[in-house]
Amino acid sequence: MYLRYREDGDAGRATGLTRRQFLELTTLAGTGLTLGVVLPGCSPAGTGTGTAAAAGPSAPLEMPFVRIAPDNTVTVISKHLEAGQGVWTGLPAIVAEELDASWEQMRVESAPAKVPLYQNMAFVPLGVHAQFTGGSTAVANSWQQLRQAGATARAMLVAAAARQWKVPPAEVTVSEGVVAHAASGHKASFGELAGGAALQPVPAQVKLKDPASFRIIGREHLPRLDAKAKSSGTQQYAIDVRLPGMRTAVVLRPPRFGGKVKSFEAARARAVPGVVDVVEIPRGVAVVARDMYAAQKGRAALEVSWDESAAEKRGTTQLMKEYRELARGKQALVAAQAGDADKALAHAVHRVEGEFEFPYLAHATMEPLTAVCSASADKCEIWAGCQMQTLDQATAATILGLKPEQVTIHTLAAGGTFGRRATPDSDFVSEVTSIVKATGAKYPVRLVWTREDDITGGRYRPLNYHRIEAGIDKDGKVAWRQRLVGQSIIAGTPFEPVMMKNGLDPTAFGGNAAEEYDLDHTHVSWTRAKVGVPVLWWRSVENTHTAYSKEVMMDELARAAGEDPVAFRLAHLGKHPRHVAALKLAAEKAGWGQPFAKQGGRGRGIAVHESFGTVVAQVAEVTVKGDHLTVDRVVCAVDCGIAVTPDVVRAQMQSAIGFGLSAALSGRITLTDGHVDQTNFHQYTVLRLPDMPRTIEVYIVPSTNAPSGVGEPGTPPIAPAVANAVRDAVGVKLHTLPFDLAAARRAHG
Amino acid sequence: MSIQLTVNGVSRELDVDPDMPLLWAIRDHLELPGTKFGCGMALCGACTVHIDGAPTRSCITPVSAVAGKSVTTIEGLATAAAKAVQEAWVALDVPQCGYCQSGQIMSASALLASNPQPSDADIDAAMAGNICRCATYVRIRSAIHQAAGALAAPQSKGT
Repeated sequence: MYLRYREDGDAGRATGLTRRQFLELTTLAGTGLTLGVVLPGCSPAGTGTGTAAAAGPSAPLEMPFVRIAPDNTVTVISKHLEAGQGVWTGLPAIVAEELDASWEQMRVESAPAKVPLYQNMAFVPLGVHAQFTGGSTAVANSWQQLRQAGATARAMLVAAAARQWKVPPAEVTVSEGVVAHAASGHKASFGELAGGAALQPVPAQVKLKDPASFRIIGREHLPRLDAKAKSSGTQQYAIDVRLPGMRTAVVLRPPRFGGKVKSFEAARARAVPGVVDVVEIPRGVAVVARDMYAAQKGRAALEVSWDESAAEKRGTTQLMKEYRELARGKQALVAAQAGDADKALAHAVHRVEGEFEFPYLAHATMEPLTAVCSASADKCEIWAGCQMQTLDQATAATILGLKPEQVTIHTLAAGGTFGRRATPDSDFVSEVTSIVKATGAKYPVRLVWTREDDITGGRYRPLNYHRIEAGIDKDGKVAWRQRLVGQSIIAGTPFEPVMMKNGLDPTAFGGNAAEEYDLDHTHVSWTRAKVGVPVLWWRSVENTHTAYSKEVMMDELARAAGEDPVAFRLAHLGKHPRHVAALKLAAEKAGWGQPFAKQGGRGRGIAVHESFGTVVAQVAEVTVKGDHLTVDRVVCAVDCGIAVTPDVVRAQMQSAIGFGLSAALSGRITLTDGHVDQTNFHQYTVLRLPDMPRTIEVYIVPSTNAPSGVGEPGTPPIAPAVANAVRDAVGVKLHTLPFDLAAARRAHG
Repeated sequence: MSIQLTVNGVSRELDVDPDMPLLWAIRDHLELPGTKFGCGMALCGACTVHIDGAPTRSCITPVSAVAGKSVTTIEGLATAAAKAVQEAWVALDVPQCGYCQSGQIMSASALLASNPQPSDADIDAAMAGNICRCATYVRIRSAIHQAAGALAAPQSKGT
């Protein structure tokens, strides 16, 4: 989310940060941050002189990102939220590599909320100093930081061993968690040396490994550190937290976005056995009860009168009609421009046009939003799957009149997020804190959103409309004119001052054809729609729609010119070698160019897209019977730099393909007169096991570049790859999401 | 009103509203949090438990309906099929966010208990009610086949 990296410089870009600059900045900053910063009061490691008495043989070595305990466990302190994307495996892998630990001794725990120590380095160059997880940045921004942390701890273990054994440090070796000195026969575990290591000075400089000697990073299957807990029901999520005296709350929110409480009658709700409090909070009315059942019954009995004078009352049919009109209007801001698109289109030999419509989409995380809060006069503790820890901390502090440092954030594993838990206004954390405040902090409160609260609760992927006219001249040069209409995710958030330039929100139009292909004539403009439906980043953000219209129209251009879709793309990717490599690898593995049996409604299509510094190409094979579509096989090639944990990379590609396919096949939030039409999984349908492609093959492009993200970039290509396959199979153009083959046949003949 | 039932082999007494969904009774009153809330309408399968061995959505099952019955939650899974399923889940690193996996494992172990060698179509039918938003479906399918293979192996005692 939020950030796009590019390989080559482009001073005119709204976000301004190139991939190279990003890597340089994070590398430098990472070096400065890691060394010499020690958790206050934790250990003498930062000031160690070798004489401090606090540490000793049975003490741990405690560093900001690593703790080595006398029991020989190595715990990596994760500043990032684990929401399924695998950071609780990827981050420990980086440390374990430089530390020469054994994978079996690795553990992981969440860091407390703290900046600058645990800030996301990817956003520091933008002036954002926050701890949060997003933009597929977790591994990328931790890469140098955690390599340094592992190498530093290793050097201190070696120094402790050398001192204890009275041998030169250079003769001490470390392998698989064992420190040894061959000549003298000494050997010790990390645990045995931890106390001594804590007495050693933190080295000013450490040497990082040559990537050629990596033995943990890049290992084909490094078991996930959370697999056992998550296969036995013992992984704790916020919804599982139990505190003495804790009450459970649900909130009745306005039926339309922008509505407010006018008045409410709580007598019937209070009469429900088990209900203990009914309180108004800024976002609605909370019913607090002994258990979830009573809270829900109490809420059902609550009578609230709403002030809807400022509420959004339009429906999505009306909004899309307005978007089409906005696309014809003159309020557009130019996002990208090169050459003369109008003139080139007028002289095009082949010309294609398309209008694309994308619905609102809910994240629908499996764990509905939940947070637990306990407070007293001078402190507050919050347990949640926090994705923006320091923002959540600041919000809770403001509500309670505390200082941020008086608010402790316990970041628990999240039951999915896909962006939903990264709300700049901390929506569910602010709600639970408001309930605690309104009830006088008499008891800890667990706030649970029901599925209906979640599906109707807004924070959707924005509704979007694109209109594209593209053409090819007699020399094969492409002209591309694109208008986009949609809401801004960034406007009105703390990110607006640093990420919006000249009114342009890059998370509304990034990843369009002008950025991803070498085109001679481009004109891309964006019109901001102002709608009262709250929107948010949704796994791969703008790329969920910009990649779609780009890759479908590139296919239509290739078709118009009578060229092969792969060859046509390659001809316009001269400045994008990583796109070329991924595209070629996917095509080769899928047997592109080999005979493909099209009998029985079969077809195949391809798409390629870069997002968050990672390039992904996918080939989809489909079968269309009548109006029913089955995706049989997906071949995926990914260039994410060095693949720290290849099996997690594969898992994320599989996941992103399923997530993107879910939206393409049936994902849609609609509104009628401002009311959300869908309430639960019977209406907001999502992909189920029988609809998952039987075969998904993932191939990783070999690379020596620093790692880039994998949580989101697998999502954008799947929908256009499938659409192109459907076009190949039965000639139907799919320009409206989600796919409706019958409607598409009627619309496009 | 007090309701007697057996949970994970232990006789328990619940003094709750008889209409309370079993899900909230076991989570909020028996303090067994492994069974998850996902939708409240039997649409997602996160709340799946075994009632007298049959996979059942606890979010729409009132506690009164399980009086005198035997309920097994993820915490009490102990059959050979269940062990094989859980081992395959770990071996293939099936979970991502992990939140739905209790329900997936309850459905998969019930499938293998009744059908030790399921076909892909059998897996489709048995698992279609369990949503995974991380879309771990490819690995769920593989893990069920792997667990079935482990159960069928002659040297296997199902552990």
